[in-house]
Amino acid sequence: MLERLRHPWPDHRAERTLGAVSLLVCALVVAMVVFVGIHAWPIFEHNGLAWLGSGGDVGRQVADMQNTTQHPPPSAYHLRAWPLVYGTILTTGVAVVLALAIAIFSSIFIVELAPARLRRIAIPVIRLLASVPSVIYGLIGILVLVPFVGNDLITTAQKESVQNVVELTGAGLSVTVVILTVMITPIMVALICEALVSVPNSWREGAVALGVNPVRAMLAVTLRAARPAIVAAAVLATARALGEAIMISMVSGSRAFSPKPIDGWVFFFEPLRTLASGIVDYHEGIGAPALGSALYAWALVLLFSAFVLSVGGYLIKLPLRKYQVRG
Amino acid sequence: MSSQDWEAWNRLGAVERALGGREPQWVSARGRRSSPLTWRWTDRLALAFAWIAGVGLCLIAGAIVAYMGYRGIQYLRPKLLLERPAISTTQSGSGGFLDPLIGTALLTAIGVLLAVPLAVGGALWIAEYGRPSWLARVVESSIEMVAGTPDIVIALFGLSIFQLSFMAPFSFKAEGGGVFGRSYIAAGAMMSLIALPPMFTATRDGLQAIPAHMREAAFALGKTRIATIRRVLLPSVRSNIATGVTLGVSRIIGDTAIIVLLLGDGLRLDPQGSFPGVGLLRGTGSTLTSYVYNNSPAGEGAAPQKAYAAAFVLLLFVLVLNLVVDRIGRSQADATGLTVAGAVV
Repeated sequence: MLERLRHPWPDHRAERTLGAVSLLVCALVVAMVVFVGIHAWPIFEHNGLAWLGSGGDVGRQVADMQNTTQHPPPSAYHLRAWPLVYGTILTTGVAVVLALAIAIFSSIFIVELAPARLRRIAIPVIRLLASVPSVIYGLIGILVLVPFVGNDLITTAQKESVQNVVELTGAGLSVTVVILTVMITPIMVALICEALVSVPNSWREGAVALGVNPVRAMLAVTLRAARPAIVAAAVLATARALGEAIMISMVSGSRAFSPKPIDGWVFFFEPLRTLASGIVDYHEGIGAPALGSALYAWALVLLFSAFVLSVGGYLIKLPLRKYQVRG
Repeated sequence: MSSQDWEAWNRLGAVERALGGREPQWVSARGRRSSPLTWRWTDRLALAFAWIAGVGLCLIAGAIVAYMGYRGIQYLRPKLLLERPAISTTQSGSGGFLDPLIGTALLTAIGVLLAVPLAVGGALWIAEYGRPSWLARVVESSIEMVAGTPDIVIALFGLSIFQLSFMAPFSFKAEGGGVFGRSYIAAGAMMSLIALPPMFTATRDGLQAIPAHMREAAFALGKTRIATIRRVLLPSVRSNIATGVTLGVSRIIGDTAIIVLLLGDGLRLDPQGSFPGVGLLRGTGSTLTSYVYNNSPAGEGAAPQKAYAAAFVLLLFVLVLNLVVDRIGRSQADATGLTVAGAVV
């Protein structure tokens, strides 16, 4: 057998072997969707899509699920997980909007404004930001930002105003959004910078020759040409933010609570839980069939959104090909 | 979100190389430029925002590293690296993180061993054969799909596989015979999925950057495709594979979600069965990331000093690995003039 392997392979066998290896990757993706789908099915079976809506206290529902036996009655699968969905949309949405503003301006800074010496510091530093593991972001959040917000930014009056509903410790919306923004900014900066660099220089020079100042030329010509890349960056960053689990589970206060804008300033300090961080928070109870099924259902939602976003990102990048921009 | 953004990291490197030492126009055209004071106020505002955002982002990154470095130097003692974790009520008595270090090394080894054949084989097939082309597109999209899947979903997928009863030999078993689906093998197998996309992308880009005349020359000498791959193409993409592997490793050692779900909360190595080596792989334990997580207030033991020290070591590892990637890329570009992964903008 070994002797046969040592001989040079005929081409068709090599092709088939390598093709089989590639197909294994496809099979893994299919298996992932199938397995997650099968485990998530009971929740969909008993709730339909209504489990994404609101109704009742999701914390209590999850606790009930955890306490069921190995063969729970259909009633045990009751779930209305709107606070988690809302928490995911809220944190992701706010973080993406903030990060987009920061990323657009800092990309202009890197490509157009920073002197070469400053740029040689700035780019490695932002790459470094991209390579910090999420648990370190979470650690800084929980040990530095959360105590700071809890002790210095939230007044006692604010804590007392909501003490019957929720306890404000500092862990909550504001810290989560700030760290999430820092985490997704590098990928946006990378994509936007890439597009800005590859816009033909003559376009910008043409604008400058017409007497426009460099910043206006950047905003009116280069940034306009890079618009699809900016949207693609936002889409990709959304996908990254949706799936962040560990950091959010560490700094979000981990309570299935919906922060309410109606509460005024307190809104920014209210705790929350996202779909991904919920999986981390409840993973100990995965042995209970009902709760396990709920966790897989949350994962299925994440998987589905990741798929939709990646298809969307691909479609958005298509017009970029016109300018030979590689996005 | 993948715990580290290798894509952002890679692409920013490409941007850096593309910009090179080019000075921006306002510096190179000094004297002939218009003063910002004469601009419209919106343009001046945009100028100010751009400087604030750019410099601010760098300051944030600098602050994070400086703070971690400060805490790390404050709390890291050499003996922490050599002591096993212990259960204790005080921070001074809870030992070091030898076990997590071993765990990280184990997982990296398993993940890389499983991912390299998949990634390199897939990349070779896509770049050199790729017929029928619709199938090649399907394979490429599924790798993109893996890259876009949140690590927490991959962790749950792993749990569902390794909790199947016929997978029981690979994982930790409870007293009553229930399959937990937790072990170094389970976590390592899922880690290979995390490491797959960067390895695949780096290898494929390297293969596609090899000029066609190299292949044609080999074919003209009568070599078959597979012989060309073995003798000509693989040796010239060796550094691309190394880049991909290093990026994959830095992703593996930084990942937490998979560890928390597939290795459990124990800090010490907990071998399963008496057979040495195999028992370790089937057992549970911890890695640097889960050590940080479990010692932070989010986990059970509140030992922030240990968490800071371990996080510092983790950050050092990641930074060194990224430096290695950069060095590989640069030396290859110098040696051959070929572009390495992601160098084509």
